Amino acid sequence: MKQTVFKETHEKLGAKMVEFAGFYMPIQYEGVSAEHLHVRSKVGVFDVSHMGEFTVKGPKALDLLQYITSNDVAALFPGKVQYSCFPNGNGGIVDDLLVYNIAENDYLLVVNAANIDKDWAWVSKQNEKFGAEIANISDNISQLAVQGPLALKAMQKLTDANVIDMEYYTTKTITFAGIPNIVFSTTGYTGAGGCEIYFKNEDALKVWDAVFEAGKEFDIKPIGLGARDTLRLEMGFCLYGHEIDDTITPVEAGLGWITKFVDHKNFIDKDFMLNLKANGMRKKLAGFEMVERGIPRLEYEVCDAEGNHIGIVRSGTFGPSINKSVGTAWLKPEFAKSGTEIYIKIREKLVKAVTVKMPFYKG
Amino acid sequence: MNLPANLKYSNDHEWLKMDGDVAYVGITAFAANELGDIVFLDITTVGETLEANEVFGTVEAVKTVSDLMLPVGGEVLEFNEALNDNPGIINNDPYNEGWIVKIKVTNPAEADALMDAAAYQAFIG
Repeated sequence: MKQTVFKETHEKLGAKMVEFAGFYMPIQYEGVSAEHLHVRSKVGVFDVSHMGEFTVKGPKALDLLQYITSNDVAALFPGKVQYSCFPNGNGGIVDDLLVYNIAENDYLLVVNAANIDKDWAWVSKQNEKFGAEIANISDNISQLAVQGPLALKAMQKLTDANVIDMEYYTTKTITFAGIPNIVFSTTGYTGAGGCEIYFKNEDALKVWDAVFEAGKEFDIKPIGLGARDTLRLEMGFCLYGHEIDDTITPVEAGLGWITKFVDHKNFIDKDFMLNLKANGMRKKLAGFEMVERGIPRLEYEVCDAEGNHIGIVRSGTFGPSINKSVGTAWLKPEFAKSGTEIYIKIREKLVKAVTVKMPFYKG
Repeated sequence: MNLPANLKYSNDHEWLKMDGDVAYVGITAFAANELGDIVFLDITTVGETLEANEVFGTVEAVKTVSDLMLPVGGEVLEFNEALNDNPGIINNDPYNEGWIVKIKVTNPAEADALMDAAAYQAFIG
């Protein structure tokens, strides 16, 4: 099992450690609900060093990225970040990712930990036709996500660059905590605001200490991956292996907004998805909330009122900020419209739920 | 963790408090801590008579779900309705206010086979 540079730090803080995506990671420190609420109200720090990073550079970089990702990379400019997908050429998704436009002809891709090897093989294979300069730097890079309404205020103390006024989904390469060339972005997976910070492994402990020292007056706390999952689910953000995987396209998963059918962009599965849009989706991702008591979980069956199979739960939790049980499901398209009554089969009982628009948490 | 000496413990991490031929059943602080924040108790067996180790309900935490097993056979008389409004009581006070069901014990001698506090302490290490 792999570990991040912060393993001992987490253990000293009393974290409960588990294996996640092949890494030994903190699932919680004081408790998922308390940590979740802390991020919504103040500021918390997630070790997300397990995430993967690829660099894509040179004159062929844009052509490669336009072909292998669903979003329109030409819409980026230096300093802008974009959420995107790698369609898999077979009506599915290899992974979802962030594309950072660091500078002209200089991109950083941030991919899921569980998919680093698969993604790297995929990008390398596709690049044979393009010849961009690509590198997998995942093992050298650590990352902290500092999230919450006080996050930028706290982090501003560690840099002369203006970060507090940065627009959502933008990035700067800055001197941070005295360390040059740190990639700082106003991104995250919580819907609480804040930033994500990328740095070399050898600088990691110094960054951690500086972040916690700067955040002390804001009651900054370490947050585990348990709360990361409940926070992202309240926002309806997709998690690979749950809402999206190699059996669903972005347009079926509610990710039409990052799938750009524009003339100047040819990309993998473009025609496949145009065909789905014209002739009907195979399934659709929908959010739902429980009407009757119960907690939906991954892989629970979804039925109509007569008990007929209409879909499958992809995520479910009790949401600490919304104080109700919610989930996502892949449904037959005719049941995905919000306001549809559906039933979740929980321990052989049909428990009533209703499809709703996401996000569940509306701030 | 301080384990009450007047309780019996099962290797499924339930506790049993005998009171004549009725008993209270809950989960141990160790179990509650392992589960994390408890958000829902699904108890569907009130009025049923179950054997020892039969499932009498389910506990849902934020991240996990776990079956609840009766440590001894008996009739499920009552569910602690206070847990409907505030299931987190189990995390805060597992051995008192956090009791889950009250049962009429079929054979009180079955309780003798359960662990006492010292044995359970050794069991969880």
